[in-house]
Amino acid sequence: MTAQAAPGTQRLALALPPAAAGRRAWARRASRNRMALAGAAIVAILVLLALTAPWITPARYDRPDFGDAWQFPSPRHWMGTDGVGRDLYSRVVYGSRVSLLVGLTAQTIALGVGLPLGLSAGVLGGRVDFAVMRVVDALTAFPQLLFALLIMVVLGSGLGNILLAIGLHAWIPICRLVRAQSLREREQEYAEAARAQGAGRVRIVLRHILPNLLAPVIVAVTLGIPQAIFTEAALSFLGIGIKPPAPSWGQMVGEGVNHIRFYWHLALFPAVMIAFTMAGFVLLGDGLRDVLDPRASM
Amino acid sequence: MGRYVVARIAAILGTLLIISLFVFVLMHAIPGGPWDEDRMPLSPASKANLLRSFGLDRPLWQQYLLYLWNAAHLNFGVSYQRPGESVISLLGHVWPVTMHLGGMALGIALLGGLGLGVGAALRQNTPADYLATGVAVFGLVAPHFVLGSLLILLFSTLLGWLPAGGWDTPRHWILPTFTYSLAPLGVVARYARVSILEVLTADHVRTAWAKGLNARRVVLRHVLRNAMIPLITIIGPLVPDLLTGSLFVEGIFRVPGLGHYFVTSVYDRDYPMIMGLVLLGTLLISATYLLSDLLYLVADPRIRYV
Repeated sequence: MTAQAAPGTQRLALALPPAAAGRRAWARRASRNRMALAGAAIVAILVLLALTAPWITPARYDRPDFGDAWQFPSPRHWMGTDGVGRDLYSRVVYGSRVSLLVGLTAQTIALGVGLPLGLSAGVLGGRVDFAVMRVVDALTAFPQLLFALLIMVVLGSGLGNILLAIGLHAWIPICRLVRAQSLREREQEYAEAARAQGAGRVRIVLRHILPNLLAPVIVAVTLGIPQAIFTEAALSFLGIGIKPPAPSWGQMVGEGVNHIRFYWHLALFPAVMIAFTMAGFVLLGDGLRDVLDPRASM
Repeated sequence: MGRYVVARIAAILGTLLIISLFVFVLMHAIPGGPWDEDRMPLSPASKANLLRSFGLDRPLWQQYLLYLWNAAHLNFGVSYQRPGESVISLLGHVWPVTMHLGGMALGIALLGGLGLGVGAALRQNTPADYLATGVAVFGLVAPHFVLGSLLILLFSTLLGWLPAGGWDTPRHWILPTFTYSLAPLGVVARYARVSILEVLTADHVRTAWAKGLNARRVVLRHVLRNAMIPLITIIGPLVPDLLTGSLFVEGIFRVPGLGHYFVTSVYDRDYPMIMGLVLLGTLLISATYLLSDLLYLVADPRIRYV
């Protein structure tokens, strides 16, 4: 796929008159950077919420108070309370911990699997490449949510299993990307020069090829974070994600939707937080791409 | 060319085989079976009978080979949750609803996304551009179940303009279709904008303007066609997603489509239905990849596959 699309995009890039391309790219990068800063700010706010959660919330996320159930937002409960009287604001703030943890860990797993596999497929070629790519092809064709659903039912709900269910699919785009990039970098002149100087294969891969393909990989990992956060929220929304009473935004929306006709606040606040978080990481990833990897336009 | 297509189709069959084996193993790794006591109180004898009639008492490898043999004859078994109804006929009932919803969403996503993307690219860095980018990013970051909940809240609970669920009349179609189409619309718009911006400054487009061609002709014939290649890459994967249905959109708006069965089949250990759904999804995804590779040829005659 990517290999076939690449000639087209390269040709388009070459067709740009250099001056115009420079000006355009500069203008685009400047306006994108404002967006990227907004994204970074959102992510920073989330990290802050997650770190300071115990000090900025009035109650713990799992403390029920049946006398105070089904409250609408008020000065006492900023976002109201749920059916067992848990303070929704506290749950939403603590929920940022779950989302960030899932996003970062799942992508770390994806990187840990995808990077070595993609590198060995691209550099070693031959049978290794064939074997890795057949697995990648098969999993690409597997509907992602159905995959996560099956894994979750096999393993049972819980945070660790969610990370596995997401990570086991999220490494595929990274593996593809790393393989394609290493195929290209391998033929570049600097790799040729290193070879001519008598550098060994391992040294060339680790010291020369790896640093050169890091930029697009960082971008891909960043853009995978909102995807992972979304999948966790989706699984928890269906009731097979995080075990209650752990605060997952997706689960809160899932419960809230059942009462949306009257207790609108239950679904609204966590829903807004999911969108807010995903926006933060998408904008940040786009911005990083402009800074780190200007060759790729999107 | 013919050989290329044949090889690709063979690869798709191989993928289906791998996936079917994978899912088969996974399904039987799930603790519990379709007729466990906690679901249906059955005497041991009748349970054994049921297991035998569905061939579940045989060794696993025999079950798998039998499944393959039947599947090769287009017999995908009988759904356990709807006894007496074959998987094919069940899919025949519920898939058309999903395709209806997905088809409308896809149409809106393509037309709206291309329109928004072209508009934003032609008026780059104007308020219209920012508005389009804003809509696109919003569509991208608001998950279906979030957007659906918010829309029900606004249009059904607060304003009371539209029904919150069901699929009976066109009025019921509006909210689910809109919810379903916004994310792909955002994707199409963003990529359309960027790839069109790149083509707009190309020499042949400047020549087209210089020849005095009108704007519509320049945009449609000279810009869009060249911007199509990256777009096909993006749009391709959207199609199987939309046509296999989002269980969230269908769940939230209570649309009687395929999505519902994704969850119930897994919960109920409905092995034939799980297998049928996964294979259908896989087939659609693989077929779309093949189709988009062939579309590259139409969009750009310079591309050749050996």
